[in-house]
Amino acid sequence: MAETQDLVTLYRQTVLDHSRQPRNFRRLDPADRTIVGHNPLCGDKMTLYLNIDQDRIEDLAFEGTGCAISMASASIMTEMLRHRALDEVQHEIESVIGTFEPHGQDDTPIAGAMAALGGVRAYPSRIKCATLAWKTLAAALQNQNTTVTTED
Amino acid sequence: MTAIPDQKKMTPTALDVDRLRQDFPILAQKINGHRLAFLDSAASSQRPQCVIDAVRHYYERDHANVHRGVHTLSHRATEAYEGAREKVRQFINAASTREIVFTRGTTDSINLLAASFGQDIEAGDEIVISHLEHHSNIVPWQMLCERTGAVLRVVPINDRGEIRMDEYLSLLGPRTRLVAISHVSNALGTINPVEQIIAAAREHSIPVLLDGAQAVPHQRVDVTALDCDFYAFSGHKMCGPTGIGVFYAKEEWLERLPPYQGGGDMILTVSFAGTTYNDLPYKFEAGTPNIAGAIGLGAAVDYLLDIGMDEIQAHESAILDYATNAVGGIDGIQLVGTAEHKAGVLSFNLDGVHPHDLGTILDHHGVAIRTGHHCAMPVMEFFGIAGTARASLAFYNCREDIDQLIEGLHLAIRMFN
Repeated sequence: MAETQDLVTLYRQTVLDHSRQPRNFRRLDPADRTIVGHNPLCGDKMTLYLNIDQDRIEDLAFEGTGCAISMASASIMTEMLRHRALDEVQHEIESVIGTFEPHGQDDTPIAGAMAALGGVRAYPSRIKCATLAWKTLAAALQNQNTTVTTED
Repeated sequence: MTAIPDQKKMTPTALDVDRLRQDFPILAQKINGHRLAFLDSAASSQRPQCVIDAVRHYYERDHANVHRGVHTLSHRATEAYEGAREKVRQFINAASTREIVFTRGTTDSINLLAASFGQDIEAGDEIVISHLEHHSNIVPWQMLCERTGAVLRVVPINDRGEIRMDEYLSLLGPRTRLVAISHVSNALGTINPVEQIIAAAREHSIPVLLDGAQAVPHQRVDVTALDCDFYAFSGHKMCGPTGIGVFYAKEEWLERLPPYQGGGDMILTVSFAGTTYNDLPYKFEAGTPNIAGAIGLGAAVDYLLDIGMDEIQAHESAILDYATNAVGGIDGIQLVGTAEHKAGVLSFNLDGVHPHDLGTILDHHGVAIRTGHHCAMPVMEFFGIAGTARASLAFYNCREDIDQLIEGLHLAIRMFN
């Protein structure tokens, strides 16, 4: 049935795999930057650790709990952005948030590994799950120390 | 318990649910290709056609402002509005309509009390609530404590999600000014032993507020028999419109308490030298009230009484037992909230599937449940979880709804494992 197909598109094997066994799921100690991302509506909470070497992300890791979408998004993000130059990272963040935020009927293909989460765009109530890690990273790069919430 | 009817008079589930479901046009639709299994009535119930018609009839035929005009429409609107107040009075067995204040809902009712009663609260005074409370029975008291230097004392709960009565009794003391506790927990469904809670407070002459939002739609509530000082509930959880609720208070309290908001309708005379407040209950109803909401609520009361609150309670209890066995029997399910006395709420978690994902998958199967913290974050914190999936019942739910929930849970298990 069509609706089951939608569900399969939302919870692709890649997404389930990342959520079950998230990559870079650990604490960095010491970390140059540590920041908490929180979605108070559903309780998703993640701590993002970031080490920066000159203009490059040397290491990026996270810990926390959340739904499959938010866990997979964080996991994919850490894989995508480790060792990348900060200006490229900035560009990737804007691009990812930009493709999810208009949400709804947007069929523009999503580049790179985040394409696995494209099915989320059909679920407006789940967009925040997909963008939580990315918004948290954006705040960390601006050197914010406060908790980032999806409800600002 | 006073609020629970005489067992002998209670017939085993005798409701013709198929017929009742036809009163609810919203239940007839398909959601994502499936019949709708609406299991989110603790968040907000659905409305029968007669309530929708009452509101519509009022706007089409009878609308004008109340308590003011001498013309026919104003007279009709006032009659209908005050008629609804009398229906509500009978529904909860209050002594007088002077004790029935219409508000925006439970939250507004509790804020009314916190603002009004709070004017007499001093630093060091204590307000007792429980760990089970909905945010609406926590935050107004926290705000009052911040404002006055009063202290919030929280009665702990046990692993089943029941209030620890020994701890409650030990918290009552000379500084306790108010006990504010839910009649039924929205997150877990626990029915609290309110008779004992009230009796213990009485011994110390401490007034009691019951948050009845989750009790009034599901069982007979008699405020006179309970002998509570204050009782708050919402229209939208009992088949009435949104934006209407009730604040019940004993008349002696309403006489003593200062007004909540100032404005029209709550005054008798106004001059720049001073104002005389209106009689009860109007002293607490500033501004043009939610007339249509009250009329809709009156229609909902008629509808519920026509079915019978005892019959509703018996039916929901039978469906809850069925659901508890069926859901609890699935591998990987943990039920959260296993109190001995429960109303129609089943909160649970499924291993390996976050409640949020479960909510999305169940919706695909036509099953509407609530996921998350249910506006009771301290309860979730107590159990060390971020949230739960919560299926909640109303009298229009049937076994088929539960069977559909079970199918959806198996679908989620297949997808995630």
